[in-house]
Amino acid sequence: MPTSSTTPRTHSPRIQVALIGCNHRTAPVEFRERVAFTPEQALHAADELRRQGILEEAVVLSTCNRSELYGVTSEVASNDITDAMEVFLTSFHRIPRGELNGRLYRCMGPEAVRHLFRVAAGLDSMLLGEAEILGQLKTAYGQALDHGATGPVLNKVFQSALEVGKRVRSETEVGARPMSVAFAGVKLAERVFGNLKGRAALVLGAGTVAEQVVEHLRNRGIGRVRVVNRSYERAQDLAQRVSGEALPWDSLDRVLSTPDILVTSVSGSGPVLSRELLDAAISARGGKPVFVVDLGVPRNVAPEAAGLYNLYLYNIDDLGEIVEQNKKAREAEIPRAEAIVSEHIAKFESWRAALEAGSIVDDLRGRLQQHREMLLREKLAEMPDVSPEERARIAHITEELIERVLDEPAKRLSHGGAMRGRLGAIEALRHLFGLDEEKAGLEREEKPSSKEDERK
Amino acid sequence: MGHELAYLSLALYAASFLCYARILYAPQLWLGRFATLLLAGGIVAQYFALLERSHWTHSVPYDDLYGSMSLFAWLLGVTYLGLELFHRQRSVGAFVTLVLVAWTVLITLIVPQAPSATPPARGLLFALHVTLNTWAYAAFALSFVISVIYLVQDWVLRSRKMSVAFWRFPALDVLDRMARSSVYVGLAALSMGVVMGLIWEHRLSGSYSWADPKVVVTLAILAVYAAYLRLSRSTNWRGARASVLCAANFLIVLFSYTFVNLYLTRFHRFL
Repeated sequence: MPTSSTTPRTHSPRIQVALIGCNHRTAPVEFRERVAFTPEQALHAADELRRQGILEEAVVLSTCNRSELYGVTSEVASNDITDAMEVFLTSFHRIPRGELNGRLYRCMGPEAVRHLFRVAAGLDSMLLGEAEILGQLKTAYGQALDHGATGPVLNKVFQSALEVGKRVRSETEVGARPMSVAFAGVKLAERVFGNLKGRAALVLGAGTVAEQVVEHLRNRGIGRVRVVNRSYERAQDLAQRVSGEALPWDSLDRVLSTPDILVTSVSGSGPVLSRELLDAAISARGGKPVFVVDLGVPRNVAPEAAGLYNLYLYNIDDLGEIVEQNKKAREAEIPRAEAIVSEHIAKFESWRAALEAGSIVDDLRGRLQQHREMLLREKLAEMPDVSPEERARIAHITEELIERVLDEPAKRLSHGGAMRGRLGAIEALRHLFGLDEEKAGLEREEKPSSKEDERK
Repeated sequence: MGHELAYLSLALYAASFLCYARILYAPQLWLGRFATLLLAGGIVAQYFALLERSHWTHSVPYDDLYGSMSLFAWLLGVTYLGLELFHRQRSVGAFVTLVLVAWTVLITLIVPQAPSATPPARGLLFALHVTLNTWAYAAFALSFVISVIYLVQDWVLRSRKMSVAFWRFPALDVLDRMARSSVYVGLAALSMGVVMGLIWEHRLSGSYSWADPKVVVTLAILAVYAAYLRLSRSTNWRGARASVLCAANFLIVLFSYTFVNLYLTRFHRFL
């Protein structure tokens, strides 16, 4: 979890991933609503962040539980960039900065990458391991990519994040087990029948959870759905919503032998379905199994029916207990999921170091060329007897000298796997040759002119 | 070379078991395919080991215990692979390959590997009779494993003690269909095997050994598995009871394969 406190100004590598945002843990829904982005706004914001020079690459991720701005910067000071992103976010949504009140988190570098990877893995979700976030992340990134708002760094980060999300869901149990009563009922039915395509369901009553169960059944391709309720109008309403067939209450005995899955959610006192009634229904269907989800309180199915052969009965408490078991099992998988996240962070950092390593040789070459040209100008001015051919030859020799000197370090930096991991060493090299100061100086010189250009 | 191939097949079965077991806990499509590939590799290696052995004995390797047990393991692998491809279901693979590995280790460690002596030539009909009957036993063994998994799954569903692997197991309906498919294969192979054996015996001696305990028990096996197929679609037996029956039937197969062969029959060694 990123911190919302400000971090001290530090000397950082040039390529940095930056993040600011809020989620369900740091901000209430009233605030999240105000900082949410529509898909169009998300692309517009990414454009603006780049146009204003705050970020070089940008992706906006906005879901019902989070709004986050991801970007890439080559600024040295991390606070400057996250400050600028925060100012941008508040001005974009016209929110006074005073109202933020610690609701935004901000982080840079590996911490920002870790946050994104954890989001993709579902480790930062309200419902641990939920799968929807991965689709939302893919959509947000895909739109930004098509729009040209991303570059090599964010492409790498988001593609890695999607890989983390897939790996965590396929290699751990974090997202494997049902976490809602309705979904648990459907998953258990699948343990009995396998594929639900072509199976028949009967819904007794018209409760909300029963409707959720039917929605899950529909998503998994259930065949016929029938709804029976004491109020025929309510049965019709539900049947219409779930594309089913409404039947009058007095037809219950007649249709009870038809469904493979029976969902009951009838309000009232005492069981609606007795052991004898269900026994007769199973016999009428040739002993084929029946899966019963009893969501009623008090229970709609007589408890002694649980002992019937080929009847699998689950009441609301049974399903609740399974959900609780699953929750604990998912939580126990967090360390394995975190290990996958860490593995991919290390891979990304290695990739970033290789990118940094390539740029240091280019910077050093530019610096040496500058010195060479200055030295040649000075020294050749003192030697008027040197012919133009000899001058050209001296220039060529000194140029070749620079290339030969840089050839070996360039090779080692581009191929040395061990070197890639040593971001600190690369920074030390940059510092040793004074390349960081030179870069900072150049940026200082460039900035006023760019602002002047903007004013013009 | 035959020994090396036998060890190679054991190694491939073991690797296949590890992959199948892994996908029960963390399903990955590529790993499942790899498990199937390893199993197929093990089957191919064991086929060549059996072929080599049959070159020594000039016959299908059934005359000694090692050859007979190897043939059984190979046919078990082949039948399972066919069932896996037909039902598109890999969750049973971990259990079947575990049986394969245990069986192969047993015959490699306990039974001497070199063929004892060249058996007398008995012709193609006899070879088919023995091979088909061994295939039937392998298919019944597979139906036994699947039925036991069915009963465990049924118990878990009723007791509500769901472990990690529970959510990866095949559904009861799939297990039921797989067990029935396996029994169909076993019944067809055993029926053909019995018919070929009878024809061979009649050609040889002009009579039938109906009173031989092996023949009696084999006919009983045909009857109980046919009863299973019939009862598993009836109102009172469909489901767990049919699986209990299927598992119990295999005990008769084991009785036939061991006790009857060793102590009761006048002929039929290791069949």
